[in-house]
Amino acid sequence: MYDNILLATLLIPLLGAVLIMWMPASRHQLIKYTAAAGTGISLALSLLVALAYDKDVGGMQFVLTIPWIKDLGVNFALGVDGISIPMLLLTTLIGFSAVYASWKIVDRAKEFFVLLLILIAGVMGTFITTDLFIFLLFYEVVVIPIYLLVIMFGSTKRVTKEYAGMKLTIYLLIGSAFLLAGVIALFIKAQAVSGTASMDMAFLGSLDYPIGFQVWVFAFMAFGFGTLLSMFPFHAWSPDGYAGAPTAVSMIHAGVLKKIGGYGLIRIALTILPEGAQVIAPIIAVLAIGNIVYAALICLSQKDLKYIVGYSSVSHMGYVLIGIAALNIVSLNGAVVMMFAHGVMAALFFAMIGNLYEKSHTRNIDDFGGLAHQMPRLTAGFMIAGLASLGLPGMVNFVGEFTIFVGAFASFKAITVLAISGIVFTALYILKSLGTMLFGPRNENWDHLQDVKGVEMIPLLVLGIAIFTGGFFPFILMDFINGGVGEIVQHIGALRIGGMM
Amino acid sequence: MDFSLINLEIMTAVLGLGVLVLGLTLPDKLNKLISSVAFWGILLILVYSIVILPGQTEVFNGIYHIDLYGRFFKILFLAAAVLVMMMSRRYTEKIPRQSEFYGLVILAAVGMMLMASAAEFITLYIGLELMTISFYILTAYLLKDKLSGEAGLKYLILGALSSAILLFGVSLIYAMSGTVSFTGIGMALGNQPAITAGLVIILAGFAFKISVVPFHMWTPDVYQGAPVPITAYLSVASKAAGIAALIRFLLTAVGPGELALDLNLLLAIMAGLTILVGNLIALVQKDVKRLLAYSSIAQAGYLMVGLTAANDYGLKGVLFYAMVYVFANVGAFAVTTAVETNTGGTALESFGGLSKRSPMMAAIMTICMLSLAGIPPMAGFAGKFYLFAGAIQSGYLWLAIIGLVMSMVSVYYYLTVAKVMYIGTSSCDTPLLVSRGAATALWICVLATVLIGCYPGPLAEFAGLAIKSIM
Repeated sequence: MYDNILLATLLIPLLGAVLIMWMPASRHQLIKYTAAAGTGISLALSLLVALAYDKDVGGMQFVLTIPWIKDLGVNFALGVDGISIPMLLLTTLIGFSAVYASWKIVDRAKEFFVLLLILIAGVMGTFITTDLFIFLLFYEVVVIPIYLLVIMFGSTKRVTKEYAGMKLTIYLLIGSAFLLAGVIALFIKAQAVSGTASMDMAFLGSLDYPIGFQVWVFAFMAFGFGTLLSMFPFHAWSPDGYAGAPTAVSMIHAGVLKKIGGYGLIRIALTILPEGAQVIAPIIAVLAIGNIVYAALICLSQKDLKYIVGYSSVSHMGYVLIGIAALNIVSLNGAVVMMFAHGVMAALFFAMIGNLYEKSHTRNIDDFGGLAHQMPRLTAGFMIAGLASLGLPGMVNFVGEFTIFVGAFASFKAITVLAISGIVFTALYILKSLGTMLFGPRNENWDHLQDVKGVEMIPLLVLGIAIFTGGFFPFILMDFINGGVGEIVQHIGALRIGGMM
Repeated sequence: MDFSLINLEIMTAVLGLGVLVLGLTLPDKLNKLISSVAFWGILLILVYSIVILPGQTEVFNGIYHIDLYGRFFKILFLAAAVLVMMMSRRYTEKIPRQSEFYGLVILAAVGMMLMASAAEFITLYIGLELMTISFYILTAYLLKDKLSGEAGLKYLILGALSSAILLFGVSLIYAMSGTVSFTGIGMALGNQPAITAGLVIILAGFAFKISVVPFHMWTPDVYQGAPVPITAYLSVASKAAGIAALIRFLLTAVGPGELALDLNLLLAIMAGLTILVGNLIALVQKDVKRLLAYSSIAQAGYLMVGLTAANDYGLKGVLFYAMVYVFANVGAFAVTTAVETNTGGTALESFGGLSKRSPMMAAIMTICMLSLAGIPPMAGFAGKFYLFAGAIQSGYLWLAIIGLVMSMVSVYYYLTVAKVMYIGTSSCDTPLLVSRGAATALWICVLATVLIGCYPGPLAEFAGLAIKSIM
């Protein structure tokens, strides 16, 4: 009965978008409910997928294969395993919250929600397809809705929204140009090696490529995916982009879209080109230190909330990169958990910032003070996100960071120690800025601000629950991820197997 | 000699001449009928070209080949002609001598059809001249518009020059091989300098028609000055015709490895330069027509990439891409035509606030331009995938990287137009007036672009079969 469940999860948001296209622009309430229903059903379906996934059997499940382009060996193939499920959940959780975080949008609501739903479906597609061509298709589909959303609904503060949107788009596209070159070269090589044209990820992964080829193709892919994951020094789009983007786009971009980079590195680059990975991994680990320490130091001097979270997300992606670069089962587990954890955390952060900005029209932390008096629920949201961000035990982020460090220490001693020092900086800037903003004496200027209430609570509740559930019951996530990563590591074979969590 | 084999060409030629005659004989008030006759006639021929199933034959002692490859391109030319006629209805209402406009559009199509099937240089040259002379007149069709006249003159002078160059190359080859038929040339090709020179000069002649760097200088001015529907026609169909003839010549006549010069490397360098120059200059354009002109130079570069690769994927990619390029480019030009007839200009500002005035037009323009840039799920993506897969298979990784990076760079200028449409402002809030024909053409373009992009299988298969028929 679950044969088409993934297809349904993917198509329902798109169906919502099509429905909205036919609605009159003035019925924005109807439009919002349609968008909420689309993402809500999709969320429910993805939860169902997670529940129905048989962990004992493992591997790709709910597989659906439709022949697509014969001469390229492309199938429209869907399927999920232990790594895709957390990512799918992340997408639907954030997608659903993002709709509610945009509830205040009235002007051009029709365009907004059509583009948002296309964006959500595009991101989801990358996580649930098992065909490389279809992956690329979804991967690039998302770029254009984002650009349009940023220029139409973004905000101009330190940089103009046009600048932010274009920077975001061009960075990611240039990255994807190299990714594409790598993938096409891989496809041609696989055809030469095996005699069959195929874009099936599992098939491509089962072949043996010469080491020199693996190294440069992996480097190309690492550049492409790394740009998306805001790997140092290709991270500059990230803070500006988030600052210019409207709330929902920041949430989706920082929350899930970036994670396509990490997911692609593990699922595609690492699985298909393991020997290339071993050569390039140390370089990635060194760059990751750039992410963690450099971005954290920048955060210390930022005053704009969106820039703080933007740079902090660059910094956190450093942990993910180290987890991937360490190439053992524990560190990879950690990297996947961290992607999920950072996703919900960043989305919650941006939802709260968006909410506050909508009411106060400023994002400068020095303008605020003692907000806890006027807005206790908003403060709670900020604190959950902030504490998750610095990796407090009880939050899912702690699980991710801890696992990464345990795993990475086996591979890179000095680098891991440096990376751990990043936690100190994180704690410093998070506590400093949240302290200035939320606590202290009451600031009369902000008495008119209304606390978060009604539908605005939904992002806070949904994402908050995800953070705590993951933190207190890490095995829920870990069981999936361990299964998925285990298979990949087993498949690669040659890699060291570290101790289990 | 079975003349039914060239029914398609005969029918189109008769229609073209018929339209001209009708224009002379019909009284003025019935003049409106002419555009309908021309449109429905060419549409019927298009349908006929899709449904007939001609075999693989050679007619006129092998100088004219009837095969799937030729048919693929004939469908392409006819489809382009149909779309162009649909979008020019409102445009031509203002201009006199409609019969000549439509007649020449059809005769240009006849010329292109000859080019796609010719297997010998004299026939090819006749087709080429029929096409270009029709275009000289069409380009200068707006007699009162200075730009149009200037564009026509420029096109005439440079076009004649390039034809002369082509002929010179052919004469060199003829001097060495004693024949003008492609197969004959193929057997006589050797390492003599005159042959090499002849080949390079022929290549230059073709490069002019396809607007490949460094023979692209005429393109922006001519494209900007010509009536917009003609620019659309020129950019998709005449380019495809040049490519069609060049591929047939290279595949039949030039075998690999026997030449003194590395022809493929030469093609690769030209392709790379074309992509770079077209895209980089387009970045700074302020007029959409001119921007599309430079973008069409870049597109010619992508097509050349497949030609350079000269393998299964690459050549299939050329055919596939040429076809999807028709829909994407005509779509973009159709919107530009609508904007020009409504606002009087094609400068970037004229597109301001288009998404508020006509949301569908803005969406269609965006989709078509993104297809040109090769962003999925638009058809251009699959096309570029084939082209660059071919290039990498033949060992031109650097060319593929240039192409891919520049495609992404091209997104910048396409999005600049999108930006103006979505957040620009306009003094006028009423929807654009578009004739029903133009609206239908727009929908056909956008649907084809998206559907082929989402499900490229059938077209890819057709292109594959077509290229196999001459390999």
